[in-house]
Amino acid sequence: MSDQPNPEKELSEQNLPGQRGEHGEEIRVQRGMFGANSGGDTSGYGGLVRSVRLPGPATRPYGGWFDEVADELEGALEEQGLVPENAIEKTVVDRGELTFHIAREHLVQVAKTLRDDPALRFELCTGVSGVHYLEDKGRELHAVYHLRSITHGRLIRLEVCAPDRDPHIPSLVPVYPTNDWHERETYDFFGLVFDGHPALTRIMMPDDWQGFPQRKDYPLGGIAVEYKGAQIPAPDQRRSYS
Amino acid sequence: MSTSHASARDTTEGPVYTVTGGDWDEVVRSAAKADDERIVVNMGPQHPSTHGVLRLILEIDGETVTEARCGIGYLHTGIEKNLEYRTWTQGTTFVTRMDYLTPFFNETAYCLGVERLLGIKDQVPDRASVIRVLLMELNRISSHLVAIATGGMELGATTIMIYGFRDRELILDIYELITGLRMNHAYIRPGGLAQDLPPGAVDQMREFVKTMKKNLPEYDKLATGNPIFKARMQDVGHLDLTGCMALGATGPILRATGLAHDLRKTDPYCGYETYDFDVPTADTCDAYGRFLIRLEEMRQSLRIVEQCLDRLEPGAVMVADKKIAWPAQLALGPDGLGNSLDHIKKIMGTSMEALIHHFKLVTEGFRVPAGQTYAAVESPKGELGVHVVSDGGTRPFRVHFRDPSFTNLQAMAAMCEGGQVADVIVAVASIDPVMGGVDR
Repeated sequence: MSDQPNPEKELSEQNLPGQRGEHGEEIRVQRGMFGANSGGDTSGYGGLVRSVRLPGPATRPYGGWFDEVADELEGALEEQGLVPENAIEKTVVDRGELTFHIAREHLVQVAKTLRDDPALRFELCTGVSGVHYLEDKGRELHAVYHLRSITHGRLIRLEVCAPDRDPHIPSLVPVYPTNDWHERETYDFFGLVFDGHPALTRIMMPDDWQGFPQRKDYPLGGIAVEYKGAQIPAPDQRRSYS
Repeated sequence: MSTSHASARDTTEGPVYTVTGGDWDEVVRSAAKADDERIVVNMGPQHPSTHGVLRLILEIDGETVTEARCGIGYLHTGIEKNLEYRTWTQGTTFVTRMDYLTPFFNETAYCLGVERLLGIKDQVPDRASVIRVLLMELNRISSHLVAIATGGMELGATTIMIYGFRDRELILDIYELITGLRMNHAYIRPGGLAQDLPPGAVDQMREFVKTMKKNLPEYDKLATGNPIFKARMQDVGHLDLTGCMALGATGPILRATGLAHDLRKTDPYCGYETYDFDVPTADTCDAYGRFLIRLEEMRQSLRIVEQCLDRLEPGAVMVADKKIAWPAQLALGPDGLGNSLDHIKKIMGTSMEALIHHFKLVTEGFRVPAGQTYAAVESPKGELGVHVVSDGGTRPFRVHFRDPSFTNLQAMAAMCEGGQVADVIVAVASIDPVMGGVDR
């Protein structure tokens, strides 16, 4: 029987444990688990240390039409006298999606190029989504744009970041007027100031609201409720397993 | 002026009239007496002719709207923030409530995003995808019916309103049979569906397709060729292709400019590339063209529903991975939908490991690898996109919805300024905004 292959010894990729290496970019260090951090932790889970990493920069070739878009963009930026490496901080390819991380001072020019260059033609911007990485110091606030090219049937993502102490990003309203309300919404929830926006006011929250509710340090709120004799804590007070 | 319908009071901003009905000319006449020619009319936030709590601020000169602005946010419920404090599976319960007329689109968009992050896009069983398409197309019909019904009502055509809600009721009955609820279903889950179709659902849907094929021509007879209807809708709410691209308008508004852009064709999901259907367009750029497109899309949706019903084959409706799939088939008990008694007997009586697994999956949930993704579906109103970010935990790190109503409503000013006050209602109705989706 010894010449029979043993399927349990096959070290194909799916049989190996998940990678927990140094790949990707660290945004946070997670300590403990199950919310057990106030003494009395006999499980040992409180001592766990896990670094949270987002997918890191990709190297050429990116695959598919990604290279074409990247080449065209870099070429078009060079034509305008811009060093592409200064505008595009990094390029991430993850889960079949292409992301350009853009330096904020070059955002408007990059977006204009993406919109107008015949080989790129990203006519439709689907708005901006804010993300708050509270513990990624110096890069806390991110604005994420998704651009769709109807001409070429493509979708890409632009990501721009700003530090908490200087939450300014140039407005894309002159390039994509649809971003008017989207930027107001992101300002309302994250406090990201879009410089050059025609009327950056709150849009969802009342005009006199204090604070920016979607930031990670802004509590959800809520009250504990009693159900069948048991106290159920407010959602943000419940045990978190992350 | 002080009639029974409009009372005036003086403020530092000038006289303020509170109009509760009656003759518009009277209001205009008396306001014209004032020194200031400019009148600012505040419509809403609870105007019965608006879609939910929408506030329109109109600056008018006689009957002409010189400036139009929207006040939104009255229905903001913090769904995106709440999602960050629940497990990935619980998220569907929240997102289904955003645009309450298109719950299955919200759920599908969210689940497609989560599945893409998990990397299980290809493992979702065929039957689950077919049922998702089936429900989405039924949902497209029910959403368009409300758009046409309320749009008609706002023109004073109550018959078309009754017709629309009559037919929508048939669809809500199907939802209730399949998911247990008329709205807020939480039926589509990351990895598949909450449960399989109940007995009798397929027959009822076939019956519905038959009835609907009979009823759809009634809308044509009632409205399509109706001269009053046409006079109110044609050339109203004009927005051309350039305007749509700049303002990000999608859905029927974009297709009324002649561009056949439909994500089901250009960026297919859930296997839409295998279905046979057409994308209707119009070249009028106006409210009438949008109305015609909605009518035709309902016919096309019926075609897709028929194809789905023919394609349904027995099989699983959830991914096989037990780390993601809810461990139990849900069943209807005396106190509502819950775990089936057989499953409870098994975990409580015979299998300690199954009990632990069930407990962990329900309370803790599954982990989603860190990263971000964007998933988009073609909702009846346009591109419904969801940007999902995970930090590798059991809860979403950030979920943002690009709701088509929110984006399309921005076009209100472009459509209304320079037109008549009465046309504002028609233009807004042709956008078909639902404030639950706009404000989230």
